[in-house]
Amino acid sequence: MNKKVLSAILCGTMIVGAACPVFAGTADGKKIALVGKSAGNAFFEIAAASFKEAAEAEGATVDVVYPETATADAQIKVLDNLISQQPDAICIAANDVNALQAKLEEAMAEGIKVSSFDSAPNKDSRQVFVNQAGTVAVGQALMDAVLDIAGGEGQWAILSATSQAANQNAWIDAMKTIMEGDEKYSGLELVEVAYGDDEPQKSTDQTAALLEKYPDLKVICAPTTVGIAAAAKYLQDNGSACKLTGLGLPSEMIEYTGADDEHSCPYFYLWDMQGLGKLSAYATIALVNDEITGALDETFTASDLGEYTITEADDGGTEIVLGLPLQFNSDNIEEMAKLY
Amino acid sequence: MEKKSLVKKITGSREALLAIILLILFAVVTVISPSFLTPRSLMDMLKNNAVTMVMALGMLCVMLIGGIDISIMSTLALSGMSIGMLLKYEKISSPLLAFLIAIAIGVACGFLVGLVISRADVPPIIATMGFMYVFRAMGYLVSNGGEWAGAAALGTFKDFATTKLLGINCVIWVIIVCYVFFFWFMKWTRTGRKIYAVGSNPSAAEVSGINVKNIKLLVYMIMGLLAGLGGALQVSIYASAMPDMQQGGEMDVIAACVIGGVSMSGGRGSVIGALFGSLILATIAKALPLVGIDALAQNTIKGVLILVVVVVNVVLQRVADRNALKGREM
Repeated sequence: MNKKVLSAILCGTMIVGAACPVFAGTADGKKIALVGKSAGNAFFEIAAASFKEAAEAEGATVDVVYPETATADAQIKVLDNLISQQPDAICIAANDVNALQAKLEEAMAEGIKVSSFDSAPNKDSRQVFVNQAGTVAVGQALMDAVLDIAGGEGQWAILSATSQAANQNAWIDAMKTIMEGDEKYSGLELVEVAYGDDEPQKSTDQTAALLEKYPDLKVICAPTTVGIAAAAKYLQDNGSACKLTGLGLPSEMIEYTGADDEHSCPYFYLWDMQGLGKLSAYATIALVNDEITGALDETFTASDLGEYTITEADDGGTEIVLGLPLQFNSDNIEEMAKLY
Repeated sequence: MEKKSLVKKITGSREALLAIILLILFAVVTVISPSFLTPRSLMDMLKNNAVTMVMALGMLCVMLIGGIDISIMSTLALSGMSIGMLLKYEKISSPLLAFLIAIAIGVACGFLVGLVISRADVPPIIATMGFMYVFRAMGYLVSNGGEWAGAAALGTFKDFATTKLLGINCVIWVIIVCYVFFFWFMKWTRTGRKIYAVGSNPSAAEVSGINVKNIKLLVYMIMGLLAGLGGALQVSIYASAMPDMQQGGEMDVIAACVIGGVSMSGGRGSVIGALFGSLILATIAKALPLVGIDALAQNTIKGVLILVVVVVNVVLQRVADRNALKGREM
């Protein structure tokens, strides 16, 4: 082949490659349906928006569909409709672990690829699940934050949502395991796990009770967005020496976040919803293009996010783990508060 | 006529009984946690229960005429969320204006509820159940489908709940003003007495020239007004407006009234009763986390305590009624 033509093609490829990174247009004309848990979850919408953006940059069209209510029944209705429309892939945040199995199996039998993110249906109902951050990763990040903020030793407590909340309990258990498993946490004493039911009023009562019961309490860790905001407000208003960390929304926490004594929360975490949406989009496209099938140990490149490997999920199925939760501190909170 | 003995006086008055129950609770909690009876801790408790306390006054009026309103926390969410969003997107900045808007929205919601109940004769529990969904959904719509208005978005509005006037937090002043006003309103105004009249015997009230329909409309508007005020207080106290705030909280307000001796069938109940009822509920809520029992057991105990207080109250009321009748026979 003529060298000039070759170099022209190469240059062209590079320009295109620079304009839309990696497999540009690999999903041209593909239809992807994104099924949410219910309308009106601002949090989910961040992920959905970034899913849409990433997939559309690849040339796919994305239809975001919400069920009427946050139930599995309503999602089944949505799935019924979708299956008849024959999209190339369905990416779902499931309202129930088991209830959607029949419908999703039907979809897969019809040749529709099924991925899921945010909340997974059981292992037989999906090809792959994109997990925000492994339970252990969240536990590890929170545990290290507690250790750091407490200054290496002292009493700390957890303010959770309800005692039945599965995700909260998983994080709390992970934190406990990590704390017991490593000598460096031996100076820390977990005095209580309190439950504020995700109500500001009850969370405030629980925070006040923790401070009254344990005057030497150094850190409260609240892995729940309502709890952390209520506790932050209470601690800051009362000028308490007790500090706070946990999982929270930047826009709710901006007033309370800072490394000085004026603020009650030096830093906190949240999973990266934008990243989650993006990674889910690339994973779904990889499924559509038969780059992956959702089997263990397969790898694929998620554009500028880098290479990901499919690993085993807790439920026996497979998943792709996004990574560590994002840390929010006084440096980035202004910026992130605009998003979350 | 001979003077009643002290014991009789106490068993004869529901309010005195409630005061005793409250004192016993205070004593028990103080034993568990000595710091409970400090001014700061009490102020904290009042502030954290301001919404329930203020709204219990409205529920008192509603229950006095034999009604019930389970849409109140949806009204609260709608009004609170509305001002939250107005403040967030800098449409308004004055805290006073925010309060007025919240109250106006509350009154409008109450007006609709009252209209359906008084004019269309829909049973209150059904009508307010409908509005519970309607207003809650509107709250979500106002929030652009689930946005929060956080502390940073609320500007000076949230300072209301941290400012003190004469050494007392502004939120607590709101409670005091509301209770003083309603004490006067229910006892010494014509309208207040009409509410009692309609509740005790609607047909007799009708015959004696009271416009029962208008009184019904009025009490739901009062309830709406206080729910709107509650919305503004909630947003200010917790420095955040969320569309799902206080979901299920209406039961606490109803419980406060029931504990306070307000009858579910109307006609019976007082402002002092509502005050003690909501204080008892607040004390229980504050005390339970201090005792150090399992989270699920806490709700069980809360429920049992409410039932115990109500049963004790009802039994003693029956004794008092019997004594009163005895006096009449003699």
